[in-house]
This record gives sequence, structure tokens and C-alpha cells, in this order.
Amino acid sequence: MSRAAAALAAKREATEERLAPLALPQGGAWATEARQGAMARLREMGLPNRRDEYWRYTDPAALTAAEAPQAAVFDAGETPLFDDIDRLKIVFVDGVFDAEASDSFDEEAVEIIRLSDAAANDIHWAKSLYGVLEARGQTPVARPLAALNTALASDGVLIRVTGRVARPVSIIYRHAETTSDVYLHNLVQIEKGGDFTLLENGPAAARFNKVLEVEVADGAAFHHVRAQGRDHERHAATHIFARLGRESLFKSFTLTVNGALTRNEAVIELTSDDAVAHVAGAAVGDGAFHHDDTVFITHEGERCESRQVFKKVLRNGATGVFQGKILVKAGAQKTDGYQISQSLLLDGDSQFLAKPELEIYADDVICSHGSTSGAIDDEALFYLRSRGVPETEAQDLLVLAFLAEAIDEIEDEAIAADILSRLEAWLARRSR
Amino acid sequence: MGVAEEMTAKEGVDQETVEAVQSLSGKYKYGWNTDIEMEYAPKGVNTDIVRLISEKNEEPEWMTDWRLKAFERWQEMDEPTWAMVDYPEIDYQDQYYYARPKSMEEKPKSLDEVDPKLLETYKKLGIPLKEQAILAGVEMPEGERRVAVDAVFDSVSVGTTFQAELKKAGVIFCSISEAIREHPELVRKYLGTVVPASDNFFATLNSAVFSDGSFVYVPPGVRCPMELSTYFRINAENTGQFERTLIIADKGSYVSYLEGCTAPQRDTTQLHAAVVEIVVLEDAEVKYSTVQNWYPGDENGKGGIYNFVTKRADCREARAKVMWTQVETGSAVTWKYPSCILRGDDSQGEFYSIAIANNYQQADTGTKMIHLGKRTRSRIVSKGISAGRAQNTYRGQVSMHPKSKYSRNYTQCDSLLIGDKCGAHTVPYIEVKNNSSRVEHEATTSKVDDDQMFYCRSRGMDEEEAVALVVNGFCKEVLQALPMEFAMEAQQLVAISLEGSVG
Repeated sequence: MSRAAAALAAKREATEERLAPLALPQGGAWATEARQGAMARLREMGLPNRRDEYWRYTDPAALTAAEAPQAAVFDAGETPLFDDIDRLKIVFVDGVFDAEASDSFDEEAVEIIRLSDAAANDIHWAKSLYGVLEARGQTPVARPLAALNTALASDGVLIRVTGRVARPVSIIYRHAETTSDVYLHNLVQIEKGGDFTLLENGPAAARFNKVLEVEVADGAAFHHVRAQGRDHERHAATHIFARLGRESLFKSFTLTVNGALTRNEAVIELTSDDAVAHVAGAAVGDGAFHHDDTVFITHEGERCESRQVFKKVLRNGATGVFQGKILVKAGAQKTDGYQISQSLLLDGDSQFLAKPELEIYADDVICSHGSTSGAIDDEALFYLRSRGVPETEAQDLLVLAFLAEAIDEIEDEAIAADILSRLEAWLARRSR
Repeated sequence: MGVAEEMTAKEGVDQETVEAVQSLSGKYKYGWNTDIEMEYAPKGVNTDIVRLISEKNEEPEWMTDWRLKAFERWQEMDEPTWAMVDYPEIDYQDQYYYARPKSMEEKPKSLDEVDPKLLETYKKLGIPLKEQAILAGVEMPEGERRVAVDAVFDSVSVGTTFQAELKKAGVIFCSISEAIREHPELVRKYLGTVVPASDNFFATLNSAVFSDGSFVYVPPGVRCPMELSTYFRINAENTGQFERTLIIADKGSYVSYLEGCTAPQRDTTQLHAAVVEIVVLEDAEVKYSTVQNWYPGDENGKGGIYNFVTKRADCREARAKVMWTQVETGSAVTWKYPSCILRGDDSQGEFYSIAIANNYQQADTGTKMIHLGKRTRSRIVSKGISAGRAQNTYRGQVSMHPKSKYSRNYTQCDSLLIGDKCGAHTVPYIEVKNNSSRVEHEATTSKVDDDQMFYCRSRGMDEEEAVALVVNGFCKEVLQALPMEFAMEAQQLVAISLEGSVG
């Protein structure tokens, strides 16, 4: 047996051992089929380990361990995010739906149902998408934690958008137990011409595994803004799987403030012509902060545009990881692909590890990527100081300026202002 | 050739220009083979073959043991699969590991004794093994600019020119087999210290079975009085070539080294797994330039060389400097990452590369810049061109260790696609572990610019000429980094390699 074959056999054995005590959630026919399918996929690929190419910079051990690392409930004493924004609230506490804190699901142009309710039926509209986009996203690169989620998630929300939805749907994830280990799986289907904004925020659980599957039909638009992290103990693995129709729009922004380990994967397919996908992230972290953005955008249609904008500010030994890929398939002519990943290292102990990839099989394309890493520009700092700006304030200004390109990806100004206030709070909170 | 004939008719066009144009029109120019009686070791690789190669080279016991240890290690290793190349499984037991011309059995004492057929081969390749000679393509007053050549034919070095004169300057330039016999203290001290015998599958195989290659030692403070070069020729069929090059630039020295290679046109593929090690000590500088023009296979992807090469330079002491320049136009499959370990403080590494893949060629090539010392600097400029059904990948690593404070890297890798059936890929790894260093990476992928093409076409160029011109412009930064002898050849190669890629 070759070494590679031996390694795969050992990996599968470890996976079997980990999965043995787990039981799939009870449900109707369609959900059971999806969960069993995901379990079979996971057994085939095995749970990730450090030797996997896409886990070379992030150790998945804490995300896959049988016992979740604990995390104390954390109160930053800040006003909750998006508080001033008119929105439909859906609240989960440690992964358990909180009916009292949540609004009624009745809303114009959108149909919302909890996964646990839909899964009880033998048949449901979600059948054609639930776990289907995740399964598509498993090639060419395996995403085992997402398959684990499809298999184990017993709740989440399924959202079907039929037109322009007046206000955002906001999912709030609250954390109450130090040992909570939560799997939630959300699904958004936006029908032709629909326009929908999804907000997500909150610390969720001690360990959180979340999948969001999104189908954006022809001419439809999806806006997504989320905030995650908060303190130094939390572990999270999240995945977004999106499939975009003709002339559709997909925009997703993620703010990460601290967290022990966060792995965010986004797998986006531009399957038809003239679609636009923007994925952006701003991450700021101190100390025991390990943040990983892994993005894979596939261009299949012609004249599509994709942008990946990721910025990380790291201090006190924090680690930032970016693995981004633009895959342009043969025939995806006139593709415009752009990718930027940058880190600002505020001190000598922090590190930035990046693998920005291009894989291109069509000739009439413009694709570029850039990646930089370094400290705050001394000259810019000197300039501000010479104008009488105090040092910490000058630094903060430069940090916010550095993050601006990512934050600019948020279209709604009120939401962007809220996100910015979170960043300012982080800057103010850090020890000076 | 139509253009050339037309040109002779015009006034004021001299014969040289006509010849230059004609030489551009040829497809693979070096596809012929030399009919010469060869002596082979039995097919396959095992400890007996390793011993036999060592014996043929009259090596001391420590060298034989070193090889055997490498072979033992190799048997436990897997062939790497991470590169974006796809080729049928290689049967390592179905090829010859040692082939030398019969006439080389008795080592010739001087170039005059070398088989005329071999001398003829190199002459035909434009590499005359005569001491007043310079590389073809450049006319220069005699004696002004000379190049010493070590010519390697299949498994053996045929001869090395200018040895006596180099010796006067204290420079040792000879085949590695000679160096093992004549300068064991230097070889023992440095061999395998940059690319360890167990480094990777191909390097380990090379460590076990390398047959010949070049050795250079430049003593402290010496500026090598001429450029050194090695010309590798694969001639025998079903034979792998495993050459090993070791270059040591002692404190404050300088050397520029050129490497060229070609092989006959055959339907079967052939393996070439070389190792190049460069040790650069304090204040020394090494320039290493390659024009890789192994037979790339025909337009249907049949035949060609599998070029699996490990090249690495170790800037071991302060202010050491190394510059890799490569023009990769040949080979069916290329797997090659000339790297720099920037260990000494203030050391510098540079990598300039043009990789052209046409027809069914596959190239996975790039570099590694490992920054360990303080204030180390590196620069990477890579230009990848894909045409036909070729796949071209830049794969690179830039690593700033926690202690490499105040270091700098700049990487630029651009890809150009000609035609909609080829692929161009970029796989950089960037690892920054301190904040006083700056790393910048930029990459672009595009097609030949329509406006530039239109401009050239409106000036009366045909499409292929226009593409060649635009591509040469695209490659300019790298072409300028080449020594003059190579720059000319490289420009021509760029045009030839892309022949048939448009229209």
C-alpha cells in the first residue's frame, strides 16, 4: 500500500471511531435521505487532519474532537448589533430555537420554516437543495465538516424568497452553556427576481458548526452580513455554499472579532452568464486568535464578475489564514475575477499565512490577485503624528483605513455603520 | 521559408538577418540523434546498478555508501502527486540508468582525444568544444567574452574546456565524477548539504544513481574570469539522465553559470531527474541561468522529456546573493522549483522565469524563498505562457520566519493564455511570521492584448509574428536578466515554442 493509501485508510478508521457513537436526528423521509447521504460522503472522505492540503495552516483537531472545547459565556457589555435596524428576528440559544425572543415568521414575499418542522414531513420543497449544494461543493476539494453538519444538524431555518423582501431577516445566535456544541443548517432559496438580506450575529455556542446553502435564481439578489467571534474561547466552522443563476447578485460580508478558532469557508458557483459574486471579510484578533478564510469561486458562465476581499488585523500572536481560489472553467469567457488578501501585523508575534490561487482554463479573461503582509506604515503614522494626532488614535485610523475596502462591500449604510462601531469597540478594548 | 526568401530579394538585408529568420522558422531544432555505439548498464535500478555506477565513476567507498543509503530511502518514498501535471505511471525498472559512448571507456586525456562524433554533436548543437569558441548566436571579438563548457552526453561528461586557464585563477570547473576523485574534501563537505539525499522522491533517486554533472568551486575573493556552462544532451533511447551539479562560491567570489539542454525527438518519453546544489558564502554571488529546451513531445503530445528537477541555493552566510533565471520552453512535463534559502543576514535571492507550454506540454514550476536571516531580500518575477492544450502552473512559496526581521519579498507572476483550450494556474504559498517584514504578491492572468495585436497587424506583421513580439514584450523583464549569450537564444525560443499556437 502506498503511503497516501495508508494515510487515507487511517483517516477513515479515525472517522469511523468518531462517528460510531453519533446518531442521526429523527425525521421524515426527505431529511433522513439527506442526512444518510451526507454521512456516507463523510465516511468516504474522512474527517480532516493537518496533513490535508486545505488544512495545512489550520489544525482542525478542536473542530472534530468528540468533546467540544468549553467556552464561558461572554458579555462584552455592548449594545447588540443591528439593534436600530428594522428586521425580522429569529433567535437560537445554544442552537435551540427561542420562540419567545423570535418574531412571527409571517412576512411578505418570504416563507420561513424551521428545519426541525420541515424535516418531520416526508416531503418538502427543501429536498431539492438541502445538502445538495453542500454535496456539489465537495469537489474538487473535500469539506468534511460541512458533510458532518448536514448529517447532524437538527435545526436551522429554511427560507424561500418569492419577491422583494422589505426588511432583513436576522438570525441571532445566543450562547448560554459553557459546554454547548451546536450544529445548525440554514437554507435560502431566492426565486427569480427576488431580493433578500440575511443578517447573522452572535456567539452561538462554545463550539459552533454552521452551514448556509443559498440558491440565487436568475435576476435575484442576495445580501448577507454576519458578525462572529467575540472572545477568545469560541471555536467555529462555518460554510456557505451558493449557486448563482443568470444576472444574479450575491454579496456576503463577515466580520470576525476574536474567537479561538474560526474557519469560514465559502464555495460559490457562477453557473450562468452575467452573475456577480462578492465575498468579503474583515477579521481583527488578539492573542489566541486563529482565523481562517477559505474561499473557492467557480466561474462557469460567461461575463461573470467575482471579488474576494479579505483583510486581517492581527496582534499579540494572532494567526490569520487565507486560502482563496478562482477557478475559471473552459468556456467561461470574459470572466472578471479579482482577489485581494491583506494582513496588518501590529506586532512581531502575529502571523499571516496565505495561499491565493488561480486556476484558469479560458483565455479571454481578466483575473488578478494580490496579497500583502506587513506592519503599519511608519510614514503614514509619522504624517498623522506630525499633524498632532495622538499615536494610538493615529494607529486606529490607519487600521480602519486598512479595513475599509472590505467594509465597503456592505451596501446598506446603516448596517455598515454598525459593523464599523464594532471594530471601533475592539480597538478601544485592546490593552494600550 | 516564404518570409526569408522574400527578404533575400530586398536590398539592404544581409545574410545574417535572413539566417536568423530562417532559424526561427524551424520547429524543434535539436530533434536529431547521434548514431554512436553506446554501452549500457542493465535495465532497471537496484543496489547492483547503484554500485555499478559508482564503480564506473571510480568512486571512493564513502560515495558508494552515500548512494546506497539514498537508494534505500528512495524505495520507501512515494512519487509526489501534488503538482498539476498528469502523466502515465513511470516504470522505474523499464529504463536504463547508465549509458555512455563506447569511446568514452578510456577517459580521453584532452579534448583532442574525444570521439569526433561527439565533438560533431556539440558543434551541431552550437556548442563547439574548442577553447577559443563562444556560444553560437553572438559574434564578438575573440578572447573578449568566453565561456567554459562542460559537455555531458547521456551519463558521462565528454570534456570540459578552459580548465587550465580557470585553474590559474584558482577556479575548479570539472565534471562531478572528476571532482569526487580529485577534490573529495570539497565534495564531501558540501554534497547533499543543500538538497539532502532524502529531500524528495526525484532528488533521492538522483542521489542514488546520478552519473555525472558539473562541479564548480570558486575560491575566496575570486571573480571567475569567464562564464561557466554545462550542456546536457540526452541521446540514448529509454535512458534516464540524472545529473548532479554542485557549485560552491566561497567568500567574496562571483560566478555566472549557464545551463543548456536538448534531446532527440522520439515517440517514447524519457526521464530527466537532476539535482543542482549551490552554496553561497559570505559576500559571494552566483548567477545561474538555464535555457531548458528538452524535446517537448510532438504536437499530439507524443514523446518528450519528463523533467523532474530539484534546484536549490543556500545563501549560507551574510550578504550572499543568488539569482536564478530560467527559460523553460521544452519538456513534456516540467516539475521544477529553483529555490533560495536566505540564511545569512542581508542575503538576497532572485528568481526570474519564463515558462512556455504549447501543444500538450505541462509545466508546474516556480520557486521557494525561505527567509531565515535578518534583512534578507527576495524578488520573484514569473511569466507563464500557455498555448495549444498546454497547462502551465506557477507554484511558489515565500516564507518569512520569525527571526528574519526587516526582510522583503516582492512577487509578480503573470500568465498569458493563447487559445481557449489551455490553462494557466497560480499556486502561491505565503507565510509571514514577523511584522517587520513586508511581503507583496501580485498575479494577473490575461490574454494577448487585442489593441497590441491590432497595432502590430496594422504595421504589416502576420499574426504569429505579432504574437511573438507581444509575448517577447510580456517576457522582457526576465529576458533582460539573462546573460547575453542566452538572451538571444531565449528570444528566439519564445517565438519557436509558440509556433502554430495561433490561427
